[in-house]
Amino acid sequence: MSDSVLHVPREQLIETVSGLRDEGYVSALDVTAVDYLEHPGRDDLPPEVVSERFELVVTLISHAAPGRIRLRVQVPDEDPTVPTLFDLFPGTEALEREVADMFGIVFEDHPDPTRILMPPDWEGHPLRKDFAVGRIPVQFKATR
Amino acid sequence: MSAPESIVEAATDEAVRRRENSAVLRIGEDDGERLEAEAGTSDTGMIMNMGPQHPSTHGVLRLMLEMEGETVMRSKPVIGYLHTGMEKTAETLTYLQGPTNVTRMDYASPLFSELAFSMATEALLGLEIPPRAVWIRMLMCELNRISSHLLFQATNGMDIGAVSMMLYGWREREEALRLLETITGLRMNHNYIRPGGVAADLPDGWRDDVLTLIDTLPARLNEFDTLLTGQPIYRERLQGVGVINTAECLALGVTGPILRSTGYVWDLRRDMPYLAYDQVDFDVVVGTYGDCFDRYAIRLNEIRESIRILAQVLDQMPSGDYRVQDKKVTPPPRARIDESMEALIHHFKIFTEGFKVPAGEVYAAVESPRGELGCYMVSDGSAVPYRMHIRGPSFVNLQTLPHLMRGGMVADAVAIISSVDPIMGEVDR
Repeated sequence: MSDSVLHVPREQLIETVSGLRDEGYVSALDVTAVDYLEHPGRDDLPPEVVSERFELVVTLISHAAPGRIRLRVQVPDEDPTVPTLFDLFPGTEALEREVADMFGIVFEDHPDPTRILMPPDWEGHPLRKDFAVGRIPVQFKATR
Repeated sequence: MSAPESIVEAATDEAVRRRENSAVLRIGEDDGERLEAEAGTSDTGMIMNMGPQHPSTHGVLRLMLEMEGETVMRSKPVIGYLHTGMEKTAETLTYLQGPTNVTRMDYASPLFSELAFSMATEALLGLEIPPRAVWIRMLMCELNRISSHLLFQATNGMDIGAVSMMLYGWREREEALRLLETITGLRMNHNYIRPGGVAADLPDGWRDDVLTLIDTLPARLNEFDTLLTGQPIYRERLQGVGVINTAECLALGVTGPILRSTGYVWDLRRDMPYLAYDQVDFDVVVGTYGDCFDRYAIRLNEIRESIRILAQVLDQMPSGDYRVQDKKVTPPPRARIDESMEALIHHFKIFTEGFKVPAGEVYAAVESPRGELGCYMVSDGSAVPYRMHIRGPSFVNLQTLPHLMRGGMVADAVAIISSVDPIMGEVDR
């Protein structure tokens, strides 16, 4: 049971997802991201896809013909922005907030671009590979 | 099944509704000035904080409710109070240590996270696990589904005010947990399902223990029916409260009992079978109205279906290995370590260095008691995952709260949170 994988440039993300939704992918299950900072020589990308630091991973599911499809979107470090999928699948709201919180990827036109898991005044994005573990002073306001 | 057009329509409607600020309260969680300004716009309105310390919020869920008298208008769930960075931690733990981490996410149904993690690892390794391990996993998962749904029955009863239900639900759940403890050694956070199979074979007498449980439970479930299902006060509190339809569920990514309560048949065990669910006979329970009562009834009847599955697992449990005999993944038997230096080294290396997993990425999903629980895993060829992400059903399902609560009474909010059955450990991870 392997899912189909599609590499999508971020400019075409919206129309791809919208096309897939018309084809019967009725629900967006998951939006997550990977920071490929420490994994430069990866070879699982097709030759025409240029590897970037971040990769946005969107999983959609089709119920009529049971199957999932995974969209992998390369997002450069210099300009970590992606269009939001909120208007196509409002259920991606919290998932996108989590990705923004954890990776610092900005979702353009997201209705609520605030932190979701970390405190609002937290500095940095914990799931980035260059976010050090265990050396961070307590960052809550009251202790400053 | 609904036609795609209605789903597209519902998704657009829902997005517009949420964007136009009519269901979700868009206020930062620490924005005191905005709070006062918003609350001051009407004479009767106010913004009320519910939680994070509130017995009916199931842990540490905080809700910001915009009230108009007793009626809830907009609301916003505020989460993160239990965030401990488990996905970051997972990047430092080997594949063998991984289940100890993920098992602490959904603490009411820990075996499902372990299963999703193990299935993802096995997919990357290309491992086929032995039939006995598959059936042991099914046995454990269904036992865990029963204990999780019993926990729901207990807390749901308590939230509504049926305090005696709390005691009965807890008593039955404890029976299921005792059985899990006999098999895994722990009541919760079992670390039992591991990449390559399960941690240990079933103990002597397991068959009798399971039989005792599935013999006693149905009568107890009938007691629940007597106590709650037909009771007018209970029905009054739940029927027609927190209604959602199929298209809205799909637009919001909702899975599990909430999706099924709308009358939509979707269960990964039936529709995208994993383990050996295609070899057992069970029904997918669906509701009609998509309200709190349907969600209660679905969970109650899913316990009955799990009992049916357990009876079949007892009949069909194959003999053989409980874990794969692949020296790369499986530590040697304990007895071998005393007599063989190689076995000792082998054991030491597996538990210190771990085993290397081929580079790649994979998504594996199981039907947890709360919905689709997925594990997205990226390996760079080393012994620890490069990235491990758990798609927690509670996290996604929680987004229905503003929709379900809008226009209801504040007392209904309690019933609605309970019927969504969120486990905050999984929401915050």
